[in-house]
Amino acid sequence: MELSSFLLMRHEISLLAIILLLIIAEIAIPDHKKSSILHLALLFFGIHTAVGFLPLAESFLFGGMFRSNDMIHFFKGILNIGVFTLLLQSAEWLEKNMLSQERGTEFFILLFASLLGMYFMISAGDFLMFFIGMELSTLPVAALAAFEIIKRESGEAGIKFILSAALASGVSLFGITMLYATNGSIYFEDILITLTAENLTLLGFLLFFAGLAFKISLVPFHFWTADVYEGAPIGIASYLSVISKGAAAFILMILLFTVLKPLMHIWEPMLYVLAVATMFIGNIFALRQENMKRFLAYSSIAQAGFILLGLMTGSQLGTATVVYFVTIYIFSNLAAFGVVQAISTQTGKENMKDYEGLYRTNPKLSLVMMLALFSLAGIPPVAGFFGKFFLFTAAASEGYYLLVFLAVVNVTISLYYYLLVIRAMFVRKGEAPIPFFENKLYMKLGLLITVIGIVVLGLYSPLYDYIYQLSAGLN
Amino acid sequence: MDILTLFIVVPVLVILALVFTKDLKQARIISMIGGLVQLGMAINLLFAYFRERAVNDVVMLFTRDLVWFEQFNIHYNIGVDGISVSLILLTSIIVLAGVFISWKMEELPKEFFISLIVLATGVYGFFISIDLFTMFVFYEIAVIPMYLLIGIWGSGNKEYSAMKLTLMLMGASAVLMVGILGIYFNSNADGGALTFNILEIAKVNIPFEAQKLFFPLTFIGFAILGALFPFHTWSPDGHASAPTAVSMLHAGVLMKLGGYGIFRVAMFLLPAGALEWSWFFIILSATGVIYGAFAALRQTDLKYINAYASVSHLGMVTFALLMLNKTAWNGAILQSLSHGFMTALFFALIGMIYGRTHTRDITKLGGLLKVIPFISVVYVIAGMALLGLPGFSGFVAEMNIFMGAFQQDSMFYRVATIVSISAIVVTAVYVLRVVGIMLMGPVKNEAYNNLERTTWYEKTGIMLLLIPIVGIGIAPLWISNLIMESLQPFIQGVL
Repeated sequence: MELSSFLLMRHEISLLAIILLLIIAEIAIPDHKKSSILHLALLFFGIHTAVGFLPLAESFLFGGMFRSNDMIHFFKGILNIGVFTLLLQSAEWLEKNMLSQERGTEFFILLFASLLGMYFMISAGDFLMFFIGMELSTLPVAALAAFEIIKRESGEAGIKFILSAALASGVSLFGITMLYATNGSIYFEDILITLTAENLTLLGFLLFFAGLAFKISLVPFHFWTADVYEGAPIGIASYLSVISKGAAAFILMILLFTVLKPLMHIWEPMLYVLAVATMFIGNIFALRQENMKRFLAYSSIAQAGFILLGLMTGSQLGTATVVYFVTIYIFSNLAAFGVVQAISTQTGKENMKDYEGLYRTNPKLSLVMMLALFSLAGIPPVAGFFGKFFLFTAAASEGYYLLVFLAVVNVTISLYYYLLVIRAMFVRKGEAPIPFFENKLYMKLGLLITVIGIVVLGLYSPLYDYIYQLSAGLN
Repeated sequence: MDILTLFIVVPVLVILALVFTKDLKQARIISMIGGLVQLGMAINLLFAYFRERAVNDVVMLFTRDLVWFEQFNIHYNIGVDGISVSLILLTSIIVLAGVFISWKMEELPKEFFISLIVLATGVYGFFISIDLFTMFVFYEIAVIPMYLLIGIWGSGNKEYSAMKLTLMLMGASAVLMVGILGIYFNSNADGGALTFNILEIAKVNIPFEAQKLFFPLTFIGFAILGALFPFHTWSPDGHASAPTAVSMLHAGVLMKLGGYGIFRVAMFLLPAGALEWSWFFIILSATGVIYGAFAALRQTDLKYINAYASVSHLGMVTFALLMLNKTAWNGAILQSLSHGFMTALFFALIGMIYGRTHTRDITKLGGLLKVIPFISVVYVIAGMALLGLPGFSGFVAEMNIFMGAFQQDSMFYRVATIVSISAIVVTAVYVLRVVGIMLMGPVKNEAYNNLERTTWYEKTGIMLLLIPIVGIGIAPLWISNLIMESLQPFIQGVL
């Protein structure tokens, strides 16, 4: 094995290097200059993100345990942009609250470790690598959710998350062992050949699926979502709902469309039911939420339901539309969380009622929020509309008109609660609107990236064409 | 830049210019200039269309076709026929009139004009689209600003009305989306590629089963916007709460998207479905016509009266479209135009009356003819046009509709037609009732004796709308010809 072949793991190696550098920096930099760690980490990760877009070969390592192709490479790039944006948005919160407690570096190290886990998870070529990646991506998040130790809710969120995540992983691992028992291999390529719909395999598949469904927070595995989002720091809630969910949806799609394709007659009706349940429950619970984080939690559950529409197709069109939708969803949700983050950092307010009259005091922030919500609701000309339309097109291409109809009913329901936020910001004047404040440069950049994403991803069609080409190799 | 894309580009430029304005004065001047340019473009388009039509007899003129999403065969594909040209002209006139009527918009003027022009952009885009996807995009762009326009600048129970209107219309578009997807995935029924192109799909024989399934979805999707009974409930509340210019634009233009979409998409692409379902929707339309008229009779709020009158008159449009013959179709388009001008004029006048007296309750008003003669006289004229007096546009339209409707000689159609015609009598009653109570008689309130005189911008707005009403009424032939020749492909395709 040549040493240069390790370059296939370029993303992973470079992220690992950053983690190590940060550990060194933590030791080397004297206490009174600790705030420079923030800038350093952002700089490193910015370079990492930019370099990540250089082309990468399609190949595999370790006898097929680790693989990479253009789609995976592309998706890692998207995750990088997402995390980078998230760091920019969280910078001020870190500086204000965390650096003083000397826990700035840990935040980055834990977050990057979790991202590293995601890399391994989506690059996995067998169930072992997959499981290690999934665990690595989950465990640091539990620590991060409990990061604001002075707040009780944060600790509660951490405990809730680790307990449910541990259960989900355990169940998932149990499922994997059953798959191994019936197929005699954990390599995806081997399993694809031997996989048949016998009872033990099906049980294994179901248990395994539950683990991933937990990460995407599909109904009925969604109960942790709202509580954890509410208690965790906003940056982490954002990470869970955007990066973690996006990566999990991506790997679920790859597994369903490749390894588990022989079981399609099983998982297709299953996803149908889950999609309907997830959309309706997510949307209906979102209707009455007052806290913005809980609100976004349920909204993101409902969005996961839409993703399932594309997953059901098992076609190239499905792959392309799901990746396209998830990409757009990442940017839209990051924008929404970014605004919540900005307001919370400055004023500590997180309720929808506090947003009343926001447009008159902070017009730019309100406009970003409006764009984000319109994108989540799927209103043209912002990107969310295109994502949703194409996703529904993919479902309709397989003849699921009834499901598409139920989905558009849900789009209308979701529009109601997105408009509630817009009503608070634009229509109501509010008794004590949040006074005007100027955002720091990092926050501005973080929001700007999302706004560009929301506007450009939809109208600029070559991006979709590019994703469609990438998805050609996956089916 | 081609002549049609300008209808998107110019409003967008106006919006960009508005972003940099600082106060009401700048905002309204820029909006007015933008409105004038658009009106000029629309008139130019009309003459260019006549010139081009004389030498060219393809279905759509000034077409332009750019690939957008290649994978789905989505194109930015635009073109116009006589119907769309006339509706574009209607839009540009009402937008300009709306700017004049909003001359004194004190609260957040910049945002108001931007939302108004976003709405107009959506409408223009909708009328010029040949591609279903593009059309759908513009449809939603036209609808969503309504939420802010009613929510922020409205009056009364505005939050409720805005939410109800937006949800019902976006719900309609959601239903429509299923219909469009259904059409799209059946557009290869004859072996070609999947396409969103309306003209291409019209050539395809979509299987009957699919037509039967997707026609009602598409029809209802558009008809909710056209206030078809029983999906009209958003309209009275929405109009009553909306600020004047928004009511004008909404009733005058946005609701026309419904009729146009029914004709251009639902009936043109799914003719067999239309035949299959027409009885059902004729019943709904006729009910709407008569129900709207009677509801208007019982209202005392001026805006509600006019909103229910709209339900009644737009019911006639769907009614006429479903009569499936050339005369009735011609009447339907003429009714769309005529109703657009009339209802916009009504809302403008109601806005002026409300602005002066601060009430819209006709029982509290009286003798206005003595104190604000200009507005009152125009109100009477508009009323006469609404009840279909010869010499005004309403007469021409309704004449055509009922002439066409009587060409259908089965019992069912006859009964439906007679029921609908009887609404004309009720129309006369509710128009004359308002005129009698509100305009005639003694001045009920002392304070009304010194109301503000009509200003120049109000007069300009009124004249912009009054001239076409009289113009179509006196010389209907040119516009009728414009529409008639464009009906040819529909006659070949649908009948």
